[in-house]
Amino acid sequence: MPKTLFEKIWDRHVVKTIDGGPSVLYIDRHFIHEVTSPQAFKGLEKRNIELFRPQQIVATADHNVPTLNQHLPIKEELSRIQVQTLVENCQKHHVELYGLGHPYQGVVHVIGPELGVTQPGMTIVCGDSHTSTHGAFGAIAFGIGTSEVEMVMATQCLLQSKPKLMRINVEGQLGKGVTSKDIILYIIAQISASGATGYFVEYAGSAIRDLSMEGRMTICNMSIEMGARGGMIAPDQTAFDYIKGREFAPKGTLWDKKLAQWKQLFSDEDAKFDKEIFIDAAAIEPMITYGTNPGMGVGVTGEIPATADPKALTYMGLEGGAKIKGQKIDYVFIGSCTNSRIEDLRLVADFVKGRKKAAGVEVWVVPGSKQVEQQAIREGIDKVFAEAGFQLRQPGCSACLGMNEDKIPAGKYCISTSNRNFEGRQGPNARTLLASPLTAAAAAITGEVADIREFI
Amino acid sequence: MSKAISKIVSTAVPLDIANIDTDQIIPARFLKATSRDGFGDNLFRDWRYNSDNTKKDFVLNNPTYSGKILVAGKNFGCGSSREHAAWAIKDAGFDVVVSSFFADIFKNNALNNFLLPVTVSEDFLQQLFNAIEKDPKTIIGVDLEPQTIMANGRSEKFEINDYKKTCLLNGYDDIDFLLSIRGDIEDFEGLYATRY
Repeated sequence: MPKTLFEKIWDRHVVKTIDGGPSVLYIDRHFIHEVTSPQAFKGLEKRNIELFRPQQIVATADHNVPTLNQHLPIKEELSRIQVQTLVENCQKHHVELYGLGHPYQGVVHVIGPELGVTQPGMTIVCGDSHTSTHGAFGAIAFGIGTSEVEMVMATQCLLQSKPKLMRINVEGQLGKGVTSKDIILYIIAQISASGATGYFVEYAGSAIRDLSMEGRMTICNMSIEMGARGGMIAPDQTAFDYIKGREFAPKGTLWDKKLAQWKQLFSDEDAKFDKEIFIDAAAIEPMITYGTNPGMGVGVTGEIPATADPKALTYMGLEGGAKIKGQKIDYVFIGSCTNSRIEDLRLVADFVKGRKKAAGVEVWVVPGSKQVEQQAIREGIDKVFAEAGFQLRQPGCSACLGMNEDKIPAGKYCISTSNRNFEGRQGPNARTLLASPLTAAAAAITGEVADIREFI
Repeated sequence: MSKAISKIVSTAVPLDIANIDTDQIIPARFLKATSRDGFGDNLFRDWRYNSDNTKKDFVLNNPTYSGKILVAGKNFGCGSSREHAAWAIKDAGFDVVVSSFFADIFKNNALNNFLLPVTVSEDFLQQLFNAIEKDPKTIIGVDLEPQTIMANGRSEKFEINDYKKTCLLNGYDDIDFLLSIRGDIEDFEGLYATRY
């Protein structure tokens, strides 16, 4: 029987299925961070049980960390305690930790792939909804709650019902200045913030195959923003080339064996999906959001819909029917697990070279990991940013979620390459406009929402 | 400690807003605790309080509405996977959330904390909002065994898988179950290692 990519991976990870209930799904890799793990460690200790497979867990500190002066103690007490608790828990339970100061530290969804921990055919979980990012390598990867983190720590398994399957086909050539971020913002705007709830999504089509691994990760990362449990892309030569040689990638004969298996990971020709969507890549403009969920987006030359949710428009201080282009911007945030990889930084640096940020605009570029930061410095990207007036900070989740020191002040407009524009997401009453790194860079230079295509 | 649930008969708090994300339920800056307790104080923090901590005009600040049931608009609990959202709702005294649609991760998190997510039809949800608006003392009955929700003489059946239902009725959790089959899991690992 023909199988989808999802089914091929799912089926080989089912330990057993409960009658009238979920399946026991085996988990290959578990990423943890400081925010959603402490209660799970506590729960295990209360039950007096050990971690089942600590060597299958990788930990890092990212949500709470400051992005300036990381060598100093974290100023905010609760953040400091949470990060310290992670260090203590990892030591006590023998979990590999890439904490503050470690050359591998960074945003959990950036470091997994860059270290080669993330591999095709795996089941991967983390107490973070953007775990879907890892699906770019042809893995079943999804976010879980803390009780589930505890389950995986205790048994390396989860109880899961098989989701419905959706395939989104993006065919054709992207226009100038249009990036993978625009593809995913366009898809979410088309199907809404709840359009894929209950589904696991496979992205396919020539426009997806043409993307780099960084571009694919950006797309899979935001699957959750349309409600999908996860997103995935069949691994191909682009994926294999990316993985080969990385720290934890298979080596030697094991590489050959794994590669042969990975090459079987694709949806068979007659495989059945519960839903299928077709998108024309050429129709996608650089995208921007105007509202308070990621589905509220338009092309940068478009108008804010007159029918848009009034509550969202009031919060954003925007008017239905108005053009979004020309909207003044106070902050620019280039970072997050969506767009903080070396390719994102290169793209921005290429564009801003020889340009300067607009007066009155604060620009933060936050690399996704120590390795990205070091690579940027090796390539001289730090100098390009310094000359343009962009601040290159240290790795972390930063202004994506208003949890650490990096917050956008109330009422201010921030064009952000992150994944969520919810009310208060970047700080109480902060106003977020989601866009690609290129569109964010254009806003940094002009001080307003601009069409990148006019500059390149 | 979580405990079994079967029947909840209560007035309800109406929250007629769609797409309520977990950043609204509990903003990230309140996720810094290392225990599961006390999150109820910051439930819907930025909708309940101004920046100077004075109260806003919001349904949870309105003494007219109270009860163990939260009735909310479509696509409740979308966004971040933070289980703190379910902890906060439970900690604030709710045992049931009713909506026409729940985000997947939130639904799992709620079930794992003995907070029952009840999915009803759009039509039934609208009737609930209307009934509560007309009479805030409207009593809603949720009965897990027959999987029914009743209000104003109308009832609707809701879905829940048999396994989870048994867990909720008996106060079992998934970890207990998974620990009981650790032998099967080890056997699986052995086989898996030879195949892949």
